[in-house]
Amino acid sequence: MDAVWEWFAWLNEAYGIKLTIFYDDYDRRRFFNGLWHTVALSGICIVLSLLIGVVGAWLQGSHLTWTRRLVQGYIQCFRNTPPLVQLYFFYFGVSALLPTVETDWGGQAPLLDSFQWAVVSLSFFAGAFNVEIFRAGMEAVPRATVEAAEALGYTRLQIYRHVVLPLALRFCWPALTSNMVNLLKTTTLAYAIAVPELLYVSNQIWSDEFNVPEMMNVLLVVYLLLVGVLVWAMHRWERAMRVPGFGH
Amino acid sequence: MKRILILAIALLSLSLGGLATAQQNTLDSIKEAGKIVVGVKTDYPPWGMRDSDGNIVGMEIDMARDIADRLGVELELIPVVASNRMEFLEQGKIDLLLATMSDTPERREVVGIVEPNYYASGINVLAPKQLGLSEWEELRGKPVCGIQGAWYNKMVSEKFGAEPVTFTGVPEVEQALMAGRCAAWLYDDSAFVTRLQDQEKWSDFEMPLKTTDFAPWGIAVPLAEREGSYGQYISEVITDWHKAGTLVELESKWGIPPTDWLAEQHQQFADQ
Repeated sequence: MDAVWEWFAWLNEAYGIKLTIFYDDYDRRRFFNGLWHTVALSGICIVLSLLIGVVGAWLQGSHLTWTRRLVQGYIQCFRNTPPLVQLYFFYFGVSALLPTVETDWGGQAPLLDSFQWAVVSLSFFAGAFNVEIFRAGMEAVPRATVEAAEALGYTRLQIYRHVVLPLALRFCWPALTSNMVNLLKTTTLAYAIAVPELLYVSNQIWSDEFNVPEMMNVLLVVYLLLVGVLVWAMHRWERAMRVPGFGH
Repeated sequence: MKRILILAIALLSLSLGGLATAQQNTLDSIKEAGKIVVGVKTDYPPWGMRDSDGNIVGMEIDMARDIADRLGVELELIPVVASNRMEFLEQGKIDLLLATMSDTPERREVVGIVEPNYYASGINVLAPKQLGLSEWEELRGKPVCGIQGAWYNKMVSEKFGAEPVTFTGVPEVEQALMAGRCAAWLYDDSAFVTRLQDQEKWSDFEMPLKTTDFAPWGIAVPLAEREGSYGQYISEVITDWHKAGTLVELESKWGIPPTDWLAEQHQQFADQ
């Protein structure tokens, strides 16, 4: 591995391409720490936003007027405001209203740290879109199929779990993939509340090392790869779930 | 996949190649355009800040205005922050950078920092009194708030083991410090001195450590023009300020506690 690091040091000396993230221990540690935070943040938010989407779409079909209104209100709030504003709202606004906890350095810190707030905020943001995406998928399920299930004595929850949701998932998969890609890219906004993800650490590195063009390119390539892996996985999954005769 | 790779490589070489920008004489283009565009801070009272009407005012703005008056051109101010100010100058978005920037050897390789320097500050922290800090070493393992792009974030992290939590702007840092998200705020001591005069807001805070890494501040022109007529001109203006004591006057006008460094410079240049 050292040979690889040394090659990048040589690249700097010979051509002035300054990729300190490979040969400077401190920069390498914080860059890969940043990569890890981006992957973790994206992964957790994807799972949580899917859960929010599934539950939200189920509640949207509720017989209770207020439940439907609440879900609708949530969707409108989170879909119609910029995600950066939401992050600031949670991190600086809501956080101030919550109780504080004793820190190990003897201060009083807010209950949730910046990473946790980013998880909450971005999950709700992507979740709002997921509810609508699942709803679109559910509406594509033929009415006759649902009626057939009802005739067999299925309850509403059973129909949702065993009939509507599995079919809806297959209908809405392409839209879902787009939203997940969007979510992964939106995690960069967390840099604004000091979550040490890729953009944040890259910003630190180029401020210290003055290698802005190099780090911009690194960022571009890394996100291209991350999104590439995500899209590849979603396509694999889509193919694995394919039911002949349904969808495309 | 292969095509994407080729595209990425093409983009890479394109943007790296874009580093070598065309040279021109900024002094001529300023006179031609009839205005000088200066990058200043708006979040660093009283050097650069907004007044109640939203106008940018401050000690550095007065300095910029003086330069514009001497050139007989109009002054246009562009707000910059620490993490983007040098790029603004490199890309020609501004003609002059006058934004509380410390003069470091690394920065001298990127922008043309003109001599002499016009101010100097060291670094310190602003911390809650109840924490009772007294040594830099005590920051080890503690979250320390800071501004993105400050040169000393990495230094303090490596030397004293502090964990930097950095934000883009000063208001975010203040909010985070007040909320207890960090044990201290790492910044220029000059910025804290004026803050601590505001007893209402900062009465529970102190500047407990010994100021370290004293560094002079510099005005910057595009790198290629440091030795050219433009850099020379700015250099003469700063020398003139030191000679006439303009900076000492501005310092007291804006209520900044007098610094020995500036008085010494005034003395030195006046004697010449």
